[in-house]
Amino acid sequence: MGFKEEIQRGNFVVTAEVGPPKGTDISEMVHHIKGLKGKVTALNVTDNQSAVMRICTLAVAKEIMDIGIEPIYQMTCRDRNRLGLQSDLLGAAIMGIKNVLALTGDHPVLGDHKDAKAVFDIESVQLLEVINGLNEGRDMAGLELQGATDLFAGAIVTPESIPLEPQLAKFEKKVNAGAKFFQTQAIYDMPKFMTFMERAKELDVPILAGILLLKSAGMAKYLNKFVAGVSVPQELIDELAPLKGEDALKKGIEIAGNQIAQLKEVCAGVHVMAIGAEDRVPDILAAAGL
Amino acid sequence: MIVAEPKSLDEIKAMVDGYDRVLMVGCGTCVEVCLTGGERSVNLTATALRLARKVDGRDIEVGEQTVIRQCDFEYLDEVKDTDKYQAIVSLACGVGIQGIARRFPNTPVFPGVNTTFMGFNEEYGYYTEMCKGCGECILHLTGGVCPVARCAKSLLNGPCGGTNNGKCEIGSDKDCGWVLIYNKMEQLGTLDKFKEINAPKSYGKAGNIRSMDLRK
Repeated sequence: MGFKEEIQRGNFVVTAEVGPPKGTDISEMVHHIKGLKGKVTALNVTDNQSAVMRICTLAVAKEIMDIGIEPIYQMTCRDRNRLGLQSDLLGAAIMGIKNVLALTGDHPVLGDHKDAKAVFDIESVQLLEVINGLNEGRDMAGLELQGATDLFAGAIVTPESIPLEPQLAKFEKKVNAGAKFFQTQAIYDMPKFMTFMERAKELDVPILAGILLLKSAGMAKYLNKFVAGVSVPQELIDELAPLKGEDALKKGIEIAGNQIAQLKEVCAGVHVMAIGAEDRVPDILAAAGL
Repeated sequence: MIVAEPKSLDEIKAMVDGYDRVLMVGCGTCVEVCLTGGERSVNLTATALRLARKVDGRDIEVGEQTVIRQCDFEYLDEVKDTDKYQAIVSLACGVGIQGIARRFPNTPVFPGVNTTFMGFNEEYGYYTEMCKGCGECILHLTGGVCPVARCAKSLLNGPCGGTNNGKCEIGSDKDCGWVLIYNKMEQLGTLDKFKEINAPKSYGKAGNIRSMDLRK
């Protein structure tokens, strides 16, 4: 049973993500992907994540499928205009990719090619509508396709964004634009997340809560300082602070496991972001009792 | 108005390196307001250029003139004695620089400023971008705050995940345009419209070599 079917049946799903490397040596990435086989329902592949140039998403999605995992093809609107996006979606469809995560994308000034021209011809909400159109057999210009796509489109939401109301309004737009599932930005504040979930329940859309593995107190502080919409509580930072290396990582795994255990009854699933420690995702799931 | 910022003296000096007699022409409209291209700027830039060349031991003659607008042949006709000079440095926006290049087709024309944006005069010396000239105004949908100009990604349907305490992901000194829009629409009582999905823009209108012809 695939990702879409699992979600539609209401089974608890686990997704993780893999970031393609910058360069052609994919041995480490392949090792990580292989370690996730049988452990996750589907695996996101990021699209020039953080506006840093890396291997293209389609090629890595193919690797993931070859290894035997269902990919979730992340597509940002930063690097391609509407022609490029649609033709890549058609390409994804003929390659057998079933799931797409529609994103706007980080601005190029945050990445490693700061002088790049940002495209943003369309954005996440509009991209969801485009995917719906392709599924119905027509492109953005209203022209008929010779063969439609059958893509399962999702989107993201940041439940701890400040201010929250504009973010929630956009979340609702994404639902109306055809998002069939959501993966959230990393969450740490459970009461805040539960408030968000009440809103999500009204819209009746599956939410996969974002779990970001904390590897050290330093990382937690970095997230608080530099990553929008992520707020690690001081108590977690204090728990990590005296620990180093593997001990800190083990604590992070325990924290993530606890979060997942708490979310299991509330969410449709979890999206685990291990950022370079993908080989420890099975440990996180074990800590969660999955 | 159109906002421009001065080019560095080094850059201007390098452009006119092969010349001994240049005319510096200012523009008395937009770029004068933003303190970049009016009579005073022409005088300051010309003086600095003369001094810099003097230090190099190669004096340069720099003529100074300022017209009301360089984007209009009517005013460009007031530029005098161009035959005395080997080149022109224009302190107008890109439109004016090209205007003067068209008016004097046999004289090399160099830009003395970098044209940056269409902006609002917030206070003396401080200007903010307000319009991208997209050719398809949607200010009625966004509470009078332009998402094309004031969101770093020109998003049309709300803030991205990078919005942070009302600031933009590209810099904490920049307001998130979509938070401004949300707050304004809340103030106006039009938040119901905020949730309507705005269609992609037609960049066919903005991306081509544009003109407007009212002659018919």
